[in-house]
Amino acid sequence: PALVLRRRAGAPRAGFSRAGARSRWQTMSTTNNIAQARKLVEQLRIEAGIERIKVSKASSELMNYCEQHARNDPLLVGVPASENPFKDKKPCIIL
Amino acid sequence: LLRQQEPQQHPWEPGKQTPPPTRSHRLSLPASFAKMATEGLHENETLASLKNEAESLKGKLEEETMFLHDVLFHQVAERVEALGQFVMKTRRTLKGHGNKVLCMDWCKDKRRIVSSSQDGKVIVWDSFTTNKEHAVTMPCTWVMACAYAPSGCAIACGGLDNKCSVYPLTFDKNENMAAKKKSVAMHTNYLSACSFTNSDMQILTASGDGTCALWDVESGQLLQSFHGHGADVLCLDLAPSETGNTFVSGGCDKKAMVWDMRSGQCIQSFETHDSDINSVRYYPSGDAFASGSDDATCRLYDLRADREVAIYSKESIIFGASSVDFSLSGRLLFAGYNDYTINVWDVLKGSRVSILFGHENRVSTLRVSPDGTAFCSGSWDHTLRIWA
Repeated sequence: PALVLRRRAGAPRAGFSRAGARSRWQTMSTTNNIAQARKLVEQLRIEAGIERIKVSKASSELMNYCEQHARNDPLLVGVPASENPFKDKKPCIIL
Repeated sequence: LLRQQEPQQHPWEPGKQTPPPTRSHRLSLPASFAKMATEGLHENETLASLKNEAESLKGKLEEETMFLHDVLFHQVAERVEALGQFVMKTRRTLKGHGNKVLCMDWCKDKRRIVSSSQDGKVIVWDSFTTNKEHAVTMPCTWVMACAYAPSGCAIACGGLDNKCSVYPLTFDKNENMAAKKKSVAMHTNYLSACSFTNSDMQILTASGDGTCALWDVESGQLLQSFHGHGADVLCLDLAPSETGNTFVSGGCDKKAMVWDMRSGQCIQSFETHDSDINSVRYYPSGDAFASGSDDATCRLYDLRADREVAIYSKESIIFGASSVDFSLSGRLLFAGYNDYTINVWDVLKGSRVSILFGHENRVSTLRVSPDGTAFCSGSWDHTLRIWA
């Protein structure tokens, strides 16, 4: 039933170049209209101006965050039943 | 940084700096081309010159993509220790909804939960005791979104009524919760997601009308709207407060978009999924986010690398992922699927560490508790389960 509610607008299906590379411009590049070409160039300029970091740097920073916070992650390291309210043997029932 | 190290011939004049857009690590746009972008390009502009410039920019972007994609994400994670066996069980089952559970949210007190259902009921539970503390019946069915206010004193919900309404929570037995209802958001199609910002005063909504919007709760005024999705928006998540005023949304157009809440601009956009994105959630540091999609994969996007960096999938998983959330450290990604299971992924290594069975129908919603001690899943089997 949830699927019935969704409408898929006629968004062009962009081809995928490399994993992660955005290829939205590929569908727009066949236009002959000057206004559309101008919009495309403006969009590309903004994208070209974005500062990006290398995947190696991004990955190692995500890893460092994990390692720094690992010991405080109850679902990761596990906490004894006495410290986790959900691990009680008998749930309290308030009558 | 790349631009500073490698001087290149640009079609515009480098050197002049303008104030940077929202994110602090963004390179400032040179003043000359920022000016041209706003005024429109008229000098020396022909269709041919624009096309040439477009090709040149595309080429530079492709070059940069190859330069920056220097390593696979999981290769970097090889030095990290593998995770051991995980034993996670259902610790509580919340029964009481008469139909499919569609959405849930935790209260900041780490014990109360609000959930909403297809039959129009919204229930507030004490997850420690499994008692129901409040219940309200909405005037519509398919209440697809619900959220707890940061103060714990109100809830927001909505669905096929195209609205997001706020109900103050009262413990006065004589008071009818429905009487104090306040209509805040009005969309032109169903409400798919809602979230309070860091106060009770503003709500962010996502809708089947293809837009997101920011509202003032007290006055119901629209503060900002976010246009850009080409189809229904199905989910949103606010960035952790330390990282500023942004949020990410996912939609039926297969795109995940990151927005600046103040300006309404789309800052970044990612389109690598093959189908609807049902759920998006920020990594705890705010530098990345995960998505779950009907294409049966979950993916991790790094915002500073501006690309997808990991895919969580298996050949044996063929049903869509409806809902995702991270554990507190970001090491684990919990994902609920339409095949009734919950898969637990090692975010860094890309492998599945556990599969949890228990629900008897699709898992539709999943959230980790605020202190990370447990997570809650809601399902079309009418129940919610707390796992730890």
